[in-house]
Amino acid sequence: MYCNQPPEKPGNKKELLEKITNMARANSLWVTAYGTGCGAIELRPLHTSRFDMERFGIAMRPTPRQADVLIISGYLATKTLKRVIRVYEQMQDPKYIVALGSCTINGGMYFDSYNTLNVLDKYLPVDVYVMGCMPRPEAIIDGFSLLMQKIKDGRAQGWKHYKENLDYYRENQKKIITDWDLPDYNW
Amino acid sequence: MLANFTSVALTIVGALTWGLLLGGISRSVTARIHGRMGPRVTQNFIDLWKLFRKTSSIHHGGMFWMAPMFRITGAICVLLMVPLVIGQNITYNMSFAGDVFLLIYIMFFGCLGMALGAGNSGHPYAVIAVSRGLAQMSSYELSFSIAVVAIAVGLHTFKIEGIVAAQQAGITSWNIFRFPFASAGALLAFLPMQMAYPFGIVLAPQEIPIGPPTEYSSRMLSFMLSGRALFGVAKLILFVSLLFGGASSWLSLFVKTFLLYMYPIVVSSVFPRFRTEQSIRFLWFIPTTLALVDLVRVML
Repeated sequence: MYCNQPPEKPGNKKELLEKITNMARANSLWVTAYGTGCGAIELRPLHTSRFDMERFGIAMRPTPRQADVLIISGYLATKTLKRVIRVYEQMQDPKYIVALGSCTINGGMYFDSYNTLNVLDKYLPVDVYVMGCMPRPEAIIDGFSLLMQKIKDGRAQGWKHYKENLDYYRENQKKIITDWDLPDYNW
Repeated sequence: MLANFTSVALTIVGALTWGLLLGGISRSVTARIHGRMGPRVTQNFIDLWKLFRKTSSIHHGGMFWMAPMFRITGAICVLLMVPLVIGQNITYNMSFAGDVFLLIYIMFFGCLGMALGAGNSGHPYAVIAVSRGLAQMSSYELSFSIAVVAIAVGLHTFKIEGIVAAQQAGITSWNIFRFPFASAGALLAFLPMQMAYPFGIVLAPQEIPIGPPTEYSSRMLSFMLSGRALFGVAKLILFVSLLFGGASSWLSLFVKTFLLYMYPIVVSSVFPRFRTEQSIRFLWFIPTTLALVDLVRVML
């Protein structure tokens, strides 16, 4: 119901508070556990003692309601797009998207597939891309470090961009999703 | 009056800080047991602030909004009704207001409010978790209540202050040594109270991903986490008062609550999870029987 109103920009008085909050946001990234492609297999080692992503304050959450980060882990099939949009729009602001693998950037090895999206940015606002096929856990941690820095600097504004340019995203999404039945209320 | 108000406010803020810090320490300890570095001990404060500043646009009815308040209210009531440090009257807060039975009731009140709110969210995982939680609660409340009755009957007082005062003649006068079976029953009941494994059937990450708070987010979740931290500390202080002679100084309070807090963490790290019926069967038989042994001994 707030789709038509662009989000308010914080005033000068709120800037310090926003900076402190951004520090907290960067050091407490909760990731929704939703494996969209083969890259999900490379996320598992991040939980283990070898890589231990919890030391950065990153934790997995089983529900999009509590998550800050949505990971698009590899190729995104046309059928999966609807579910991903649904998950993303159930997340509370501010929220971020990390896209893994070449498939999300240009289609990768599925560039000419009939059922795989090539450029993810046209459908959802991606904050950080991590290259590789598939990226190793070290690369994913590097991607998270980049996301954390962007959040601290106040540059991870994909969620605002999504709201401000909802018409653009909806138009692209509806080209792929022919049986459109997503609700309009969302956030 | 002003001193009382200040004491109450400081107790709540102090307990919240201690509870969140204990939560952070427990995450670090669990990580070390797993061979990981783990998060920083202040991670819970960071999580709480982040959640508090997130937007919230989820609505599932009135009870959904009220549940975290029920939880916090229950936790604060329990916290204020237990004397913190013996001899320092200012820390007794509202302990004059009731006895152990009222405390047991209020402990149930917070959890019941949470159950109603989570049920109102309508999420199937939350509803399953609520039914599991209430079934388990009715099991461990039984052994805990019998243990408390055994101690109260043995000491001829239902007031917490009286129970604490009766344990001031050295370590051997602590209830854990005077009522070993009731204490064992109460300490076994303490594990499911803290949702520790093998009794962690309510949150059960691999089955019903996170249970009751599935639909909670943002500010609501931050209230719930605060309530949990407060309730955790309140239960620790209650158990220290009931079984471990209370606290004669602030240092003693921190050390005793810290050590008691580590007990479910360590047990939890090395045990797998019971199924619901196994958990309930265990709680109905083992801790209840242990508590009954001391009750019968005291009655005879």
